[in-house]
Amino acid sequence: MKHETPKATRHVNQNEGLIFEKSSPGKAAWKLPPLDVPEMDPAKLLGASERKDLGNMPEVSEIEIIRHFTRLSTWNYAIDLGMYPLGSCTMKYNPRVNEAVARVEGIANGHPYQPEKISQGALQILKTLSECLIEITGMDAITMQPAAGAHGEMTGLLMVRAYHHAQGRPRKKVLIPDSAHGTNPATAAMVDYAVENLKSDSRGMVDIAALEAQMSEDVAALMLTNPNTLGVFEQEIHKIADILHAKGGLLYMDGANMNALVGKVRPGDFGVDLMHLNLHKTFSTPHGGGGPGSGPVAIKKKLEPFLPTPVLITKSDGTLGFDYNRPQSVGRVRAFYGNFGMFVRALAYIQANGPDGLRQTTEDAVLNANYIRKGLEGTYDLPYSTPTMHEVVFSDKVQAKKGVRTMDIAKRLIDYGFHPYTTAFPLIVPGALMIEPTESESKEEMDLFIDAMKSIAEEVEEDPQTVLDAPHSTRVSRLDETAAARKPVLRWKPAV
Amino acid sequence: MRYLPKSPADREAMLKEIGLRSVDELFAPIPAEYRLSRDLKIPRQMAESEIVDYFRQRSRENGEGYTSFLGAGAYSHYRPVIIDSLISRGEFLTAYTPYQAEISQGTLQSIFEFQTMICELTGMEVANASMYDGSTAAAEAVMMGVRLTGRRSVVVARSLHPEYREVLATYATHQGMPLSVASFGDDGRLNLTELEKSITPSTACVLIQSPNFFGTIEDVAAIAEIAHKHGAMLVVSIGEAVSLGIVEPPRDADVIAMEAQSFGVPMGFGGPFCGVIATREKYVRQMPGRLVGQTVDKQGRRGFVLTLATREQHIRREKATSNICTNQALVALMVNIFMTVYGKVGLKELAKQNLAKTAYAAGQFAKHGKVLFSGAPRFNEFVMQTSEDPQAINSRLLGRKVIGGLPLKKFYPELGNAALWCCTELTTRSAIDTAAGLVAESEKSARPARAEADVAEVTR
Repeated sequence: MKHETPKATRHVNQNEGLIFEKSSPGKAAWKLPPLDVPEMDPAKLLGASERKDLGNMPEVSEIEIIRHFTRLSTWNYAIDLGMYPLGSCTMKYNPRVNEAVARVEGIANGHPYQPEKISQGALQILKTLSECLIEITGMDAITMQPAAGAHGEMTGLLMVRAYHHAQGRPRKKVLIPDSAHGTNPATAAMVDYAVENLKSDSRGMVDIAALEAQMSEDVAALMLTNPNTLGVFEQEIHKIADILHAKGGLLYMDGANMNALVGKVRPGDFGVDLMHLNLHKTFSTPHGGGGPGSGPVAIKKKLEPFLPTPVLITKSDGTLGFDYNRPQSVGRVRAFYGNFGMFVRALAYIQANGPDGLRQTTEDAVLNANYIRKGLEGTYDLPYSTPTMHEVVFSDKVQAKKGVRTMDIAKRLIDYGFHPYTTAFPLIVPGALMIEPTESESKEEMDLFIDAMKSIAEEVEEDPQTVLDAPHSTRVSRLDETAAARKPVLRWKPAV
Repeated sequence: MRYLPKSPADREAMLKEIGLRSVDELFAPIPAEYRLSRDLKIPRQMAESEIVDYFRQRSRENGEGYTSFLGAGAYSHYRPVIIDSLISRGEFLTAYTPYQAEISQGTLQSIFEFQTMICELTGMEVANASMYDGSTAAAEAVMMGVRLTGRRSVVVARSLHPEYREVLATYATHQGMPLSVASFGDDGRLNLTELEKSITPSTACVLIQSPNFFGTIEDVAAIAEIAHKHGAMLVVSIGEAVSLGIVEPPRDADVIAMEAQSFGVPMGFGGPFCGVIATREKYVRQMPGRLVGQTVDKQGRRGFVLTLATREQHIRREKATSNICTNQALVALMVNIFMTVYGKVGLKELAKQNLAKTAYAAGQFAKHGKVLFSGAPRFNEFVMQTSEDPQAINSRLLGRKVIGGLPLKKFYPELGNAALWCCTELTTRSAIDTAAGLVAESEKSARPARAEADVAEVTR
């Protein structure tokens, strides 16, 4: 390779087949204790419902399982290995004390239906975290039930619907900016709202004139991501809120980018009526390869009657409990109380930070994004020059002239030892490179990233084919996604 | 702050590089009147040792050291140690959704194995990479049935987990999906006559649970026949995954919505759990959630990718099959490892132990109360009726550090003084004997009092 890759060196890793290919009868990784009650004949108890055969389930030993998954793990990139600058995903450090406290016996093994009297520990965690999140967002109340961001959006819009219904004026549509995450329109459709697109202005912000023109008494809410997916703070947020409120609409904030705001500004103070948070983004619970998440929804007082059941309350004797008697509630969005294990981790994160730590975290996140912007400006096209908060969006305009697109640059970045940024999103930037470093990156790591990105830009000029064929250093090269979708193979089957 | 990797000098140098004098300038885009000029009112910064102490204290206030007979959608099974060893590897724990396939093969291959094992266990042809939990999986599976049949109404078994029914009602409200409920008979199984009556030409699907909320195994074939006869689909919810080791899976179902928590996932006060949807190959394009498929790279080497993404929100936006994005990946990995550890033989033996413990317990309890629904097979739960309110019995048990069965009055007032008891392989014979003994004592002391009260009632 002509260009240096100081961040990474090629390294041997192990090959490993599918677990089914290692299976053979008689191997086992389990051992049950002797049965202390009389043995029962399943045929007698179950009759025709008895299952005789478990098909192609594997039979392997414990060491094989350890090696299998350890080998697989080495094929993954991870935050623990280095910078993971996916825009809008907030790939920050996942503190290990969070994992430790989530595994303390009474917390890990608590049954959701155990009597409230002996659930005070869990309820206290729920209460303390709720209070912290209410304070951080500047809202009045919260539900912790939604299992992820999109689930929070759905819960939020259900409350919007219930609110307008109670006002005696059900409304038909939801406004969504063209820069929004795909979950926003998908969610609106799930709660049977028509989606109306709202265009952005030349600064990448909500076009106030367009909003004014589109706002009517048919609009239930505007779903706004702030800072938006360009990493731009909606500077005219007060006007936006006023326009909505003047016609009885509600301002919903997608809190995916809350990492830019914590401790510096509170959505409740700038006119937001309800919002969801992503504990797996802003509050450090691990992404785990795609989940679990947690998507609490914080609301203003006027929406409180519509919160999902049950609602956490302090009872007259001072103990904590759940209130199930909520006649105006939108109902339940999930069994039990939400992804409780994520609440434990998020609270541990807040405790480790305190007010000063959270503020510093936000400042560092914004500082990092601006440092990267400065480092790459001039090398990559910056479609919007509006100030950057926690993430910066470039485009592949310069490199596209050589036939190299954002995905190619992303794949080449892998060879340099980094996870790619988010490609081709937001949709308002053709060929977008969306970069969110988070606060977890040191200056050294970011300098390596900037150097890598500059080096790739040089390669595009000198030898675009190298970039187009990337990655060169991974176990597998680019995979045939078209073939995968045309004739889907979604499970292993034994060779016939 | 110990998580932040910058010295004051680094910050200075970076600001200088950007051309700013202070951090405040970075926040200039936020209108000044909204900027927070005070500290957030949250707990002060704590040391790691303080954080650990805080949660240990909360743990002590949270049922530590109790013997429990609770099931009802969250089951206590042994979790092999290697689950946590493996999922704690940073490469699994701290990776994102595997969109960049070349550096995500570990996650992708493990999901492919997960999908395969879920198919093997459920008898279905395809399974997705996970849903939030069993309740939302059931609601999404029903919506799948609505899309596939072009019909709108749904018949739900009353023996489906009551909170699952509530979730479905929430999802259905604004989808214009009328729900009707079919009750259960004396054997605890879905009342087939009532089912037949509830189905109309507009019924998209029938949603049942098996083993149902009472632990009773439904006659899925008979239910499927009725549903299919009327052109409706059958969606089966499975709440206790361990049952699949010894109970014939609902092969006649069109869609299975499962909660896999029993497979190595801590009860964790109700979440995170692991929902999954499995179905027939022909329905895959209406299935919500992520899917991993096998393919090859440019050199022809086997590899795995996320596939059929045109069903999903990031591509289709408001036309997607669902708004789901983040799922339960790491929890699905726990489930995957659990299934691998127990495998073909272990899962069966594990399920047999659950069966035996529960049969023994039901026998012991039947001596002191009335065990309902004995006319149909059950897996690891049973309903017992007592003369006394189970709340009262339970508070006595609690004094002996035993958590009794779940009182059912809130969900099923028609069953009177009934509670749902659960035994797993972890329930010891001595715990069963102790609980049965305490119930017996309770019933003995309650019966005369109860008789007096009844007399008072009559004479009033």
